[in-house]
Amino acid sequence: MFGLGPEDWQAIEVTFKLCLYTTLILLVIATPIAWWLSSGRSAARVAVQAVVALPLVLPPTVLGFYMLIVLGPRGFVGGTLESMGLHHLAFTFEGILIASVIYSMPFAVQPLTEAFNNLGRRPVEVAGSLGANAIDRFLTVILPLTRGGFVVAATLTFAHTLGEFGVILMLGGSIPGETKVLSVLIYDHTEAMNYESAHRLSLMLLIFSFLTLFIVYGITRRFRVARI
Amino acid sequence: MSLAVRACLTRDHFTLDVDMDLPLDGVTSLFGRSGCGKTTLLRIIAGLERVRGARVRFGDRLWQEGRHFVPLHHRRIGLVFQEHSLLPHLSVRDNLLYGYKRTPKSQRRLHLPEVADMLGIPELLERPIDRLSGGQRQRVSLGRALLTSPQLLLLDEPLSALDAQTKREIMPFLSRLAKEAGVPIVMVTHAPDEVERLADRVVFMHEGRIERSETLREALGRADSPLFADEGPASVLEGALGPMADEGLRPFGTNGTRLWVACPDDRPSGGTGRLRILARDVSLALDDPQRISIQNHLRVTIERIDPLRDHRSLVASRTADGQLLLAEITTRAAAQLNLAPGQPVYALIKSVALMG
Repeated sequence: MFGLGPEDWQAIEVTFKLCLYTTLILLVIATPIAWWLSSGRSAARVAVQAVVALPLVLPPTVLGFYMLIVLGPRGFVGGTLESMGLHHLAFTFEGILIASVIYSMPFAVQPLTEAFNNLGRRPVEVAGSLGANAIDRFLTVILPLTRGGFVVAATLTFAHTLGEFGVILMLGGSIPGETKVLSVLIYDHTEAMNYESAHRLSLMLLIFSFLTLFIVYGITRRFRVARI
Repeated sequence: MSLAVRACLTRDHFTLDVDMDLPLDGVTSLFGRSGCGKTTLLRIIAGLERVRGARVRFGDRLWQEGRHFVPLHHRRIGLVFQEHSLLPHLSVRDNLLYGYKRTPKSQRRLHLPEVADMLGIPELLERPIDRLSGGQRQRVSLGRALLTSPQLLLLDEPLSALDAQTKREIMPFLSRLAKEAGVPIVMVTHAPDEVERLADRVVFMHEGRIERSETLREALGRADSPLFADEGPASVLEGALGPMADEGLRPFGTNGTRLWVACPDDRPSGGTGRLRILARDVSLALDDPQRISIQNHLRVTIERIDPLRDHRSLVASRTADGQLLLAEITTRAAAQLNLAPGQPVYALIKSVALMG
């Protein structure tokens, strides 16, 4: 189909898995962070906000370099895993998944923070006074009133993970079926002067990314939540 | 039932330092100017503001002390805010039932039909929230809070976002609710007329401290009452409002103190209600004047005369049924009539000054 070879399909599968897992994990992690960020103005919040936004301004190589150090065999995380008889995380799918979560964090946290800020605390206080506990309040008040923010956060995270390249190359290398994602494969095709394959995959990514952003901006218009 | 709160909190340029033990019966009003800390105190009572070192006890239940803290959803408090507190993704009915569904069956004392009737909202049940007026929204908020069968109702300036007309429309519902729902109410307000119409007890707050806590009767009995700061002194008469009589007037009170009130027809009659009379709307005469437009001539006995600022005097007198009526007159008028305690006089009050 589409003239894609088995190598291409394998990369698409890895990419899709990476994007999906990153999105799911980030929605779980980013929700409490965003809620906390939107519930005050302390110095600690400003600091966390800055840390979360770091991947927006840092070269991916810097992030990839530190991830390689930390997750690699002699790093804090990788070393600990090794001493427990497990494998370190450099050049593995789990490794690039962790890196993706950190790298795409601002794209999940910022729309959610914005949505929670717009929501305010009043509906949650009201629900509390009406006997709803924290989980109940989240499911019956926060989620339905900020669903636009969640859709935007999920789509942007997915799309941004799709466009990841530098961090993965630094940390994951280019192992087929494990860490070779579409962006890396396009790079490999180009290196090998295989322009036709590179073009096909590039065009696919271009169209997919455009559609994603088109949907996101349509939603932000409808729900009036902030854009990145 | 009593409510005890001890809390100390400093935030930016504001310090709240309270230690109170209130008997809770009927409506208690937290009264003070904007920024005096009354809303913060209400939030501490509700558990929305967790102040370190604070102690909150309601009846025999300890809500907060040391590390012990009962979260809001376990306190069984009904909360009504100033505005915008209906859940916008739910219909009126679903808003009303949100708390009801989360109240254990054994604790449900109030049910949807009676609460809807009490607040006059049965015809609104299926409407979306954005098609309600401000007054209707507040009535739905009140109903929603009541349907949790709360042990305590906290109202944070429930009327201040409403225009005067809507406020007059809601006031009777609130006083009815206070009498019929059997729930003690704590109401934050900065409007003297709300206190005078609704409260049984007033807690005066000033710059983060409680200055005084007294019954409404006591608060209205002193010339320097903070309730008189804006509109001047006022008295509150209790009595029953009768049905519309001739020419748009309705009778209020008993035989000896019958007043004719220019009150719209839609206010329900019967039961005891309150009539607020500004002291500057009351004139005094030694004889009962005939050939005068003023409709209400009450025979009263002067009890006390207090000097006010700007050459005015506040004359406190008793009506035939023993209620306190205040008249604000100039010191010159008091001297000309030779007014003195113990003297019987006629209090003259224009009906149009009494809106009911």
